[in-house]
Order: sequence, then C-alpha cells, then structure tokens
Amino acid sequence: MAEGRVVGIDLGTTNSLVAYMQGDTPVVIPGVDGSNLVPSVVALDPIAAAGGRPTVTVGNSARKALIETPERVIYSVKRLMGRGLGEIQEELKLFPFHLADDIEEGEVPRIRLGELKFTPPEISAYVLRQLKRNAERFFGEPVTQAVITVPAYFNDAQRQATKDAGRMAGLDVLRLVNEPTAAALAYGLDHAKVGTIAVYDLGGGTFDVSILKLRDGIFEVQSTNGDTHLGGDDIDNLLLAIALDEIHAEHGVDLRGNPGAVQVLRKAAIEAKISLSTESAAHFDMELPNGDRYQREIPRAVFEMLIEPVLERTAGPCKQALKDAGLTPEQIDEVVLVGGSTRIPAVRQLVDDLFHLKARGKKPQIELNPDEVVALGAAVQADILAGASKTTEEMLLLDVTPLSLGIEALGGAVARIIQRNSTIPASATEHFTTGVDGQTNVAIHVVQGERELAADCRSLARFDLKGIPPMSAGLPRIEVKFLIDADGILQVRAREQRSGLAAEIEVKATYGLTDEQVESMILDSFDHAEEDFAKRLLIEARNEAETILAAVDRAPESPAWRQLSPEEQAAIHAARGRLAAIKQGEDAAAIRNATLALDQATRRFAELMMEAAVSTAIRGKTMDAAGNDMGDDVTAPHAMAPAEFK
Amino acid sequence: MFKTLDSAVPVACWSCSIGHNDSTLFCPHCSKIQPPPGGDYFSVFGLKPRLELDLSALEQEFHRLSRKLHPDRFARALVNEKEWSLADTALLNDAYRTLKDPLRRTEYLLKLEGAEIGEEHSGKDRVDPSRVPADLLEEVFDLNMQLEEMRMARKIGDEDSALEASLAEAKEKFSGLLKAVDEDLRAEWRAWDEGNELARQASQKRMVALLDRRHYLSNLVRDVTETLGA
Ligand SMILES: [Zn+2]
Repeated sequence: MAEGRVVGIDLGTTNSLVAYMQGDTPVVIPGVDGSNLVPSVVALDPIAAAGGRPTVTVGNSARKALIETPERVIYSVKRLMGRGLGEIQEELKLFPFHLADDIEEGEVPRIRLGELKFTPPEISAYVLRQLKRNAERFFGEPVTQAVITVPAYFNDAQRQATKDAGRMAGLDVLRLVNEPTAAALAYGLDHAKVGTIAVYDLGGGTFDVSILKLRDGIFEVQSTNGDTHLGGDDIDNLLLAIALDEIHAEHGVDLRGNPGAVQVLRKAAIEAKISLSTESAAHFDMELPNGDRYQREIPRAVFEMLIEPVLERTAGPCKQALKDAGLTPEQIDEVVLVGGSTRIPAVRQLVDDLFHLKARGKKPQIELNPDEVVALGAAVQADILAGASKTTEEMLLLDVTPLSLGIEALGGAVARIIQRNSTIPASATEHFTTGVDGQTNVAIHVVQGERELAADCRSLARFDLKGIPPMSAGLPRIEVKFLIDADGILQVRAREQRSGLAAEIEVKATYGLTDEQVESMILDSFDHAEEDFAKRLLIEARNEAETILAAVDRAPESPAWRQLSPEEQAAIHAARGRLAAIKQGEDAAAIRNATLALDQATRRFAELMMEAAVSTAIRGKTMDAAGNDMGDDVTAPHAMAPAEFK
Repeated sequence: MFKTLDSAVPVACWSCSIGHNDSTLFCPHCSKIQPPPGGDYFSVFGLKPRLELDLSALEQEFHRLSRKLHPDRFARALVNEKEWSLADTALLNDAYRTLKDPLRRTEYLLKLEGAEIGEEHSGKDRVDPSRVPADLLEEVFDLNMQLEEMRMARKIGDEDSALEASLAEAKEKFSGLLKAVDEDLRAEWRAWDEGNELARQASQKRMVALLDRRHYLSNLVRDVTETLGA
C-alpha cells in the first residue's frame, strides 16, 4: 500500500478545511486564494460542459454566484447528508433547495441544481475534491488518504453518507472522527495533561457536546450528546425571517419568492450576527426592488433575547452528557469552545453558567481558533493513523457511540443491544429463531435512538436472514453479531448454529446509496493515476503563471508602480522574463518556483496596492468594493503560501 | 453462550505458524495480532473469574491493551490484521464495559457459572406485582396506592403536600434498602472469590436472589422519583 500522506479534513456545514501535521504542529493548508476556509458552497457553472461531467466551482467563487444565479448554487448540504425524504422537508422550508420531482420514498433525495440533479454526498464530494486539490498543489504530490470529521451526534446513515462522499472524491477515508473529539486532540496535543474536559461545539448547523478524560496521551470519551439540527444557521434564519416579515408588513414587498434578494438579505443577517459579537448594535440597510429602503437597527440586547431559545436548546444535551458521564459541573476542569457560533458572548455566558466556570475562577478555553480547531485535530488523528511519528505515537483516541442501537421486538418495542456512550468498536451478539415450521427467512429491523418504540427511533437498516434450513418452529438458532466499528458505522454478520451454515444476509440501509450507486458517482476516476496527476499539476501551474503574468503586465498602469525604486522594477522585469520562458517547458515544479519568485519580487508592490485600496475604502467605498478593486488590479496578493512551499 | 477457555487446543499463528494457546491476543513468538481468542471477559485481562477487582489496575490494563489493539494502530496493516484488530478491540471494550461496572460484572459472572438471570438491563419494565419480595409485600401495596393517588392528583392539577411528603419518605426508605442490598452483594463477592466450590454454589444462589431484589427495588425507586418529579 502506498505510504503517502494522510490529511485531516473538517467537512463543515458552512466552511471546510484541510490540515496536515507539519513536524509536531498541525497546520491548515490554504486554498488558491490564500484563505484557510473553503466555504462549503457548490455552484454549477452557467454553461454546462457538452456531455460528461458538469463544470462546478467550489468555495468563495461559488459563493459569489449565490446572488447572481441562486438556482445553480447549493450550501449547507451537510444538513441533508444521510437523511430520507420525509426528514428533509423541514430543512427545505428554510433553505432554497429544490428537490428533483421524481424521487421515490426510500431513495436518497436528489437536489436540483440548474438542469442537473445531485445527491447530498455528491455535493459534499465536490467540496472534498476541492480540499484534496488544495492539499495536492500544496504538497506537489497526490493525496489519497484522509481523516474526515463528522458531528459526534451523527447517526449511522449520516456517517455512511460522509464516507461515500469521500470515496466519490477519490479519497480513501481512513477514519471518521467526531468533531468535538478532534478538537480535544488539538487542544490536548501540547498540554499532555491529566484531567476531564468538556468540548462545547456549536457550528453552522450542528451542536455537539463531549466529555473526555485525558490521561497519558489517551483521550477517552466518557459521554457525548447533541443535536444535529442546531447551529449558527438557525440564528441566521431567525434574523432573516424577521427581516422578511418586516419588509412584507412595512413595505408591502414579499421577497420570499425572490431567491437573489433572499440571499442578499441572508448575507446582511450573517454580517449583523457577526458584528453583534463585538458591537452593541447592528444595522440592516437594504434597497428594495420598489425603491424603498429597509433600515433596521438591532441592539445586542434584542438579539440576545431573540436567540435565547436557540441557545437554550444546547443546555439539555450538556446536562445529559454530564449525567451520562456521572459527573457534576465542578468535576469538569476545562471547557473547550469550538465552532464560529461560540464567538457570540451570550453563548460564552451560557457555557459559564452550565459548567459553573466563573465561580471557580475559570474561563472557557478559546486559545485555538474555533473555526480551525476541528481541522487541526483531524490532522493530529491523521498523523496517529499514519503511524511512525514521535509527536503522536503515545496518543490514542477512544471514542463512543452517541446513540443506542436496538432491534425491533414483538409489538414494536425496542430491545437495546448496545447502549449509547459505549466505547467503540463495540459489539453485541443476539440469537434469533423462527416462529413457523419450515420458515426459511427471518426479518430483522435495526434502529438507533433512545426512545422506547421502534417507530420513534431512527430506522437504520432492515435485513433478512435468508437460507435458513427448514426446521420446526423455534429450532433454528441464528447467531447475529452486531458490531459498531471505529467510524461509528454498523456491521452485521449472521450464522445459523445448528446447521453450521452461514445465513445469507442482505442489509438494506433505510437511507443510503448502494455500492454500485457510489461507484457510478465517483468524480474523477483518473485522479489516482500518476501520469494524469502530473498533467493536471502542469496545467494548474501554467494557469497560475498566466494569472500572475497578466497582473504584472498591468502593473505599470497603477499609481503604486511609480512608488517602486528602479531596482525593484528591474527585479520584477527579470523575474517576469524568467517565468515567461520557463512556462513553455513541461516542468511543473520549475514553473511553480518561477511563479513564486515573481510573486516574491512583487510583494512590496502588492502591499502598496493594498494600502491604496484600504484608503479608498476609508474614503467611503465599502470594503467589498475595495476587495473587487484589488482583485481587478492585482492577482490575489499571494496566490500560494510561499513560505511553506518547497 | 460463552465459550470457556480451553488451553488444550493449540492454534497455529497465521504469521509465524508456531502453535500457541488460543486465548492469546498476540502471538507469543512473533507478537503479531491474532483473531479474537475464545476465552471469557476476565481472560482478556489475564484474570481468573472473580468479583472483587482493582478498578484502577483494570483501567491501566485496558489502556495498555487499547494502545496495542486499537484499529488506529492498524490503519495501514494487512486486511486480516485490520479485521482482527477491530474484532479484538470490540471484545476488549465489551469486556471492560462489563467488568468495570459492579452490577454488570456480577451478572456476567453468574451467567458464566450457568445461573438464570432475567433481563437485567432493559431497565424500563414497570414493577411486576407477582415478583414482590415477601417481606416488602405490605409496604409495596401501600406505596402503589399512594403512587396511583399522586398520579391522579397530578392529572387534575391538585397539590397534595401530605401525600408528597409521604412518598418522599417512602423513597428514602426504599433507597436505604437498595443500599443494604449493595452491601450484601459486596459481602457475597468476597464469599465467592475466596470460597471453595460448595461455598460458591451457595453464594451464587444468594446473589441471584439479591440481584432480583435489587432490580425490583431500583424500579420502585425510579417509579417514585418519576412520579414526584413529574
Ligand atoms: Zn506468530
């Protein structure tokens, strides 16, 4: 097996990141635009390629399309992963997604994007492929193995869907790691201490809380709880709904049918939310299609009152997690905050209250960037799996299953066979028999959840034990082994004990893709091939070279150019000439090095341009427009992360 | 249901082909991981069946074995080694979960010894009147009346503080009885661990009865707590 690198990926509701272990420190790998966060937004390009795969863009560039061509863009798709048709109706009320109209019950729902239809794992696969490519250009070599994080409270189907997405993106997913536990790994890496910590993770669309015991490098999860339908999105939607209602009531304009306008308003709501973490009030100011202006001030006190019901929903899972771990709030040494939403002061206050922090002279832990800590932890886990690293060789993560596993018994009750918070891998062996003479099939229904009735739990899989030798009723003795693996995914094996025959079982996941379906959705089967990879690297290197050359050729038109010394101008000319010559060759690494050299030579020029743009912004233009100005005049100042590129 | 340790059957190591006792997780000759051994949960930790356990030693051994067996250590190993790491770790985790909990440990050992025990951990079944321990018959009858009254009162929105106080008192009493059962169980652990075959047989019988009584009492306490808290 290839002993390539293993990267860690945080596949988030709002943003996704890829990270790796640089020596003994986890580091996020930036994208082409230099940004660590890749927005989990996928847009279908206006002109679909003739035949074959559609052209899609991912990340910041796709986000721009949200306002221009909202019907060709999808975001927050994580909320739909591993869910059935009936389950996503609620989501669809709040998000402008449109389902394909030919979906049958039991099928994986497909979302309409322009003229095409995609399953949620396919959309996630595009995001994953982008991250994979970012890592490949960073390392200059193929990346095929990854650890991907999932919310701790994800059920079996949601986990399987995430793994499927990895496979479609050409990634061998070595492990799914729970997000809060990943955060704990990043937090505990340079602490090497003994203690009990809680991780409070309020992300874009999911909430998780996990309690862990740290000792001698072993990170042992005691309990976990959460809500896969609770996060920053809910706060955005709250603000959005208020604005839409007010606009309707006060200006007689119903924007709900206008996806572009809704996106503008959503963006404003998100900005308001973010500014309210530091400011005492936020402002909405938007021109409406009828020429009116919608202006609204939201004081922080009002905002906090509005979001209280959302935040209050995180209290229950925290208390349950403490109870399941058999701990009191006082026994928690530290609380680590994860997820962008934990920047909201009211969230920090709530955490303080829940874990009695202030009374004990403690504060929530925020030393690691809450947007990056999960990806950094995924990189640590990736390093553990790759083995042979001094930093992580003593580290081991022992995680638990968030939900109890049960089988439907007679009368629809649930017989619990693996309790929630059991350390995984975990197994249970059950015996089944027949009820009728000569019966050769036994149907088994597996569910996940804490409720007493199977109908109230989540249906996980139904399967038939087939090929049971005909015997009198009650005589066959079929042993079924249920095993939850280290990814939190169920495996089932069965055997008829009297005849010694292995009973044939066909496990049909209640919601999920078949192997064949996943196979047919693989994005780039050629991504693995060395030769194609080299070709792609060359094309990408040339594209980058052309972008920077074009920018440099326009440079003399800029006032900033005249601020450079003649020597500086000469150095840029020389670097430009070298790149232009090398670009004709076949050596991707050489092109890249020459691109970097030119990038270095133009660094001061880029800084001067930036200063000019900022002063324009202060004179009255919005920052957004300033950003566009810069984008037109220079290439993104430093396309790659030059210092880290070798 | 549980295979007992049979050290007479030698198994050849899949890697070095040298025969070894089949209760081992690692080959004693080449140290490669082996398929799940057939022994009981105690043997996973190198212990003979017993009821008094040093929990911190058990935890240390759990961590030591986890470091060696966990699938994270086999992410790039051969397919069969991965498979066994998964199965072995599941066995280790199942064993640790069972042995670290005093009640599960007791139930497990009794089953291992062939005792018939009911559905101990399904937990949710309501108090079954036909199984009331004889010495509690009268009190349980009174308590059930009061519980019923309380539920009725709650339904129509009545507050009956006298009834509430009386229920709280009953809860206190039954919780005390529960503690006494736990004391008695602990005494039996020692009796079983240190006894000869005959003493063990007698102790097992008493433990089965104690577990039944405990199960009954804890359901009762839970019912009262739920009714009071509703
Ligand atoms: Zn061997």
